[in-house]
Amino acid sequence: MSEVPRFWRESRHRYRLVGTRCPKCDTLYFPPRVICPSCRRESVGKMVEEEMSGEGEIFSFTVVHDGLEQFKMQIPYIMAIIKMKEGPLVTGQVVDCSPEEIKIGTKVTATLRRVRAEGKEGIIQYGYKFTVTP
Amino acid sequence: MRDVYILGVGSTKFGELWDSSLRELASEAGLKAIMDAGVYAEDVDALYGANTSGGQFVDQEQIAALIADYSGITELNIPSIRIEAGSASGGAALMQAYLAVKSGQYDTVVVGGVEKMTDVPSEVATEIIGGSLDAEWETFFGATECSIAAMIARRHEFEGSAKRSNYAVFPVIAHKHASMNDTSHFRNVIKIEDVINASTVSDPLTVFDNAPISDGASALVISADHKKISNAAHPIRIKSSSAANDFLSLHDRSKIDTFKAVRKSTSSALKAANLEIGKIDGIEIHDSYSIASLIQIEELFGKDAKKMTEGDDFYYNSSNPLNVSGGLKAHGNPLGTSGLYQAVEATIQLRGKAGQRQIKDPRNYLIHNMGGLGTTSVSTVIGVD
Repeated sequence: MSEVPRFWRESRHRYRLVGTRCPKCDTLYFPPRVICPSCRRESVGKMVEEEMSGEGEIFSFTVVHDGLEQFKMQIPYIMAIIKMKEGPLVTGQVVDCSPEEIKIGTKVTATLRRVRAEGKEGIIQYGYKFTVTP
Repeated sequence: MRDVYILGVGSTKFGELWDSSLRELASEAGLKAIMDAGVYAEDVDALYGANTSGGQFVDQEQIAALIADYSGITELNIPSIRIEAGSASGGAALMQAYLAVKSGQYDTVVVGGVEKMTDVPSEVATEIIGGSLDAEWETFFGATECSIAAMIARRHEFEGSAKRSNYAVFPVIAHKHASMNDTSHFRNVIKIEDVINASTVSDPLTVFDNAPISDGASALVISADHKKISNAAHPIRIKSSSAANDFLSLHDRSKIDTFKAVRKSTSSALKAANLEIGKIDGIEIHDSYSIASLIQIEELFGKDAKKMTEGDDFYYNSSNPLNVSGGLKAHGNPLGTSGLYQAVEATIQLRGKAGQRQIKDPRNYLIHNMGGLGTTSVSTVIGVD
């Protein structure tokens, strides 16, 4: 079963870390939202798209030893929640480093990577991962 | 509004039940519950079926219709509806059944939960369990539910709010209790070192920090019919049931190591039952992960929580008996069934029929069932008048 439209739809936000800002309370949301959870009705139709810098720091992380089928080749891999410079928390992998090289507070930068593929012949899905900021 | 009573309870054994299908498990639990209640199919006005992911585990939707069908009650055309709220499906179904009876719409209702998880390989089960996370912004990137729990744990330790032993203790308590319950998935007793030193799933969490993949079904008959209540051997009253929700994704919450929905649903249920936490004699919480147990206990007991994890408070013969059933961790975690088995255990305890693991003279029980990690929260107070 092809999942092309489902993942293509969000690719712009996923490739470039595009969120939405509520003009009323000035909060930036990522993933993007059409309604601000604080200002609700007053935000409808007014949310403004904004691209994040990709800079952030590790807020929490774990090394996954028993994971999803599609990520089997990468085990063990680092999953993290990143606090972006602009405010939002983002869930993603930290790559190109060993777990000993990171801790909560380590500065990271977003990079565009292959995230997963739908089996051997399925489409390859891309998105952000994070690397330790040199 | 009317008083609503639990008239009967029933449960299958939990575990890897290779020989039993989803429909067999569901009808076994349902039949036990209606026989325990002393009622007949003709007395049942509606059936609420709890199930989390039957569509993925066994390719079956319309599960409530299937349960009614194979329980032999379809000729009566009893309305049969499935309730889904992730792993809080059981608690949510109990709440909906309670509200339906309390409102006067129905007099007597069967509420049953079933999950058949072992028909798929464990890595597929892990993926299905992850269905309660945000598919596009968490699981897409490789997050499993355990990895989310692990990130709560690491942050909680970082904030200085807990040590490893403050949450590694919960599986130890669960296994001790499960060893005294003959429907348990696991009946072995473990030590805290076993939890910490077991193989890692998502660090710092090991296999012993995780509730298992289990098959199982549980059911209750609830009623507001005076005649049936007075005929029942041990009617137990549902005093209140309240739910609350939080953001689906952990990364969207202002704090990732608290469960705001737990605080809200529990305080609301206690208030509606006119009780305080100190008046609760037994508690069943949603111990899908050891760290989830700690966070729930912190939401229930505030600053006393950490100290409680360092003593013997939570054992069945102590001051605050917790998950005396064996919990999801050791009695088993057939997802959509969990909330209903909590109610079965509370009923058995309140009847004074829990045998070796009986807690002393309980009058009020609090059960808390959770969808995901703090996303959906259903708290129910059950007690004797």
